[in-house]
Amino acid sequence: MPITISPARVWRERIPRYRLVGKRCKKCGRIIYPPRPACPACGSRDLEDVELPRTGTVETYTIIYTVMDGFRDKAPLPIAVVRLDNGARVLAPLTDIDTEEIRTGIRVEAVLRRMKRDGEHGLIAYGIAFRPVLYEQRKQ
Amino acid sequence: MTRVYVAGVGMTKIGRHFDKGFLDLAAVSAFKAIDDAGGIEPEAIVVTNMMSSRLNEQDSLGAYIAAGLGLRHRPAFKVEAACGSGGAGVFNAYTMVRSGLFDAVLVVGVEKMTDYPTSTVTSALAQAADAEYELYYGASFTGLNALMMRYYMEKYNVSRDEMSEWPVMMHSNAVSNPYAQFHRKITKEDVAKSQVVADPIRLLDSSPIGDGSAAVLLVSEELAKKLPNKPEVYIAGAWMAVDTVELTNRDSLDRIPAARVAAEKAYKMAGLEPKDIDVVEIHDAFTINGVMLLEELGFAPYGQAAKLLNEGRFHPGDKPTANPSGGLKARGHPVGTTGVYQVAEVAMQLRGDFPGLRVDGAETGLTTNMGGDGSSLSVHILRHI
Repeated sequence: MPITISPARVWRERIPRYRLVGKRCKKCGRIIYPPRPACPACGSRDLEDVELPRTGTVETYTIIYTVMDGFRDKAPLPIAVVRLDNGARVLAPLTDIDTEEIRTGIRVEAVLRRMKRDGEHGLIAYGIAFRPVLYEQRKQ
Repeated sequence: MTRVYVAGVGMTKIGRHFDKGFLDLAAVSAFKAIDDAGGIEPEAIVVTNMMSSRLNEQDSLGAYIAAGLGLRHRPAFKVEAACGSGGAGVFNAYTMVRSGLFDAVLVVGVEKMTDYPTSTVTSALAQAADAEYELYYGASFTGLNALMMRYYMEKYNVSRDEMSEWPVMMHSNAVSNPYAQFHRKITKEDVAKSQVVADPIRLLDSSPIGDGSAAVLLVSEELAKKLPNKPEVYIAGAWMAVDTVELTNRDSLDRIPAARVAAEKAYKMAGLEPKDIDVVEIHDAFTINGVMLLEELGFAPYGQAAKLLNEGRFHPGDKPTANPSGGLKARGHPVGTTGVYQVAEVAMQLRGDFPGLRVDGAETGLTTNMGGDGSSLSVHILRHI
C-alpha cells in the first residue's frame, strides 16, 4: 500500500484544523477560514489568529452518494457549510445525525472525528465534524 | 494594437475513444485547426489540460504535445486552471498574439478521462477544490457544487422542476451536434428520477466523463491580411478573473463574482452589452453552474435565470441562444479542453458553418469557462468582421 497520508502534512495543519483557528483581518474585520497569508476580501497582510466558536448553523449541505476513493465506507456522506456564531464559515462532515433529519438552519457543534486511515496499520487522520447541538436542544 | 483572429478550429467527437491515446486525440483537433487555417505553422503552442499528471502519468505536456505534432523548436507549455484550463489557455494565447510578439499561436486542449474507473476520475476531478479543507473531508467536486445548488434553490425558492429545464434544453440542443457525447432527448421526469450523485445534484444535472480534444489557431491582423481566405471571426474582448478556491472564504454561496468581473471587462473591451450577444456557450458542468452564470454574465437578474428559462428564454430562436452545442451537460466536458470547444463552436456559429444547431445570422458570441466551483473564470467575446 502506498502511503497516502503524510505525517508532516497532517501535523502542519493541526492548529487550524483541530482547534478551528482562523485569521481575522485587522483592516476590514473579515474572518478567514481556512487561514490564508492575506485577506481574500481586502488583500491586507495584517492578520491575527482567532479561535473560532465551535457552534453554528447549517448554511447549506449535501449528501454525497458517489464518494471519492478512500471514502467508500462513509457513503452516504453528509457535508455541510456551517456558519459559525461569529459569522465565519467552515466546511466539514455532519455526524451523529440521520440523513433524513438534516436541514438548513439546524444548530450544530464541532467535535473531533476520524476522517481516514492509511490501511490497517497506517496513520489515522482526524478532523472536525459537526453534530446537532445537544445542550441547546435540551434548553428549548 | 493588433486584432486577434480565429483562423482555424478543430474538434473531436467527445466520448470513449478506447482506440486513441492522449497524443492521437490531440493530433486530430490540432491538424484540423491548422488545415482549417490554410496550413499556417504555429509559432507557439498552448496546451490546455487538467488531469494528465494524475490520470495519464504524463507531465512536460507542452513539449510532449508540440513535438509529437511535429512542431519542435518553439515555445510550448501547458496552461492549467482545472475545468477552466481551456478558456485560460485561449486567454493566454490571445495575450501572446495581442502583445505583438507572436503572429500565430495554436491552442490545443486534450483530456483523456475514460481509461480509469469513475471513483478514480472523481478523485482526480476533486483536485479542482481545496486539498486540505475540502477534499480532506471527502467533499467531492459534485458535492461542492451541490452545496451551492441547495443554497441557491432555497434562497430564491427555485424548484427541482424549474432547475430541470436546463439539462432538458441541453440534451435537446445536442441532438444534431456531431461532436456531442449524447444525442438523445430527456424529460424533466428523467432528471427527477435519475440517480442522486450528491443531493440535490442528480446524474442528469451532471456533465459526463469523456475523452476529447479541441483546438483553435489564433493569428494577428497582419498575418490574417496575408491569408488567401481571410479569417471572418476575431476576439473582440477577453478577460479572466479568479476567486478563492475554497468555498468558505467566498463572499456568498449563490454568486460567482469572478465571472462578473471577467465579463464586465470583456464587454468593455468589445464595446458591447449583454443585450448585443446572439449566442453564448456557458460552462454548465452542473445545472447550477449554467443557471448562476447566466445571471453573472448579465443575461438574467439574480435568482431569476431558471424561471426565465422555463418561460422560454435562452432557447433556440431567443437572443442570446444558450449552448446550441448542448453545453457541458450533453456536448460533453473533457474537463481541460472545454473552454477551447466553446471558442471553436462560437467561431463556427459566427462563420455560419457549425454542423449542429445553428444560430442564424449570429454576429456576436460569448463563451465562459469555469475552473473549480467558481475559482477561475474566463470570458471571450467573439465577433464576425
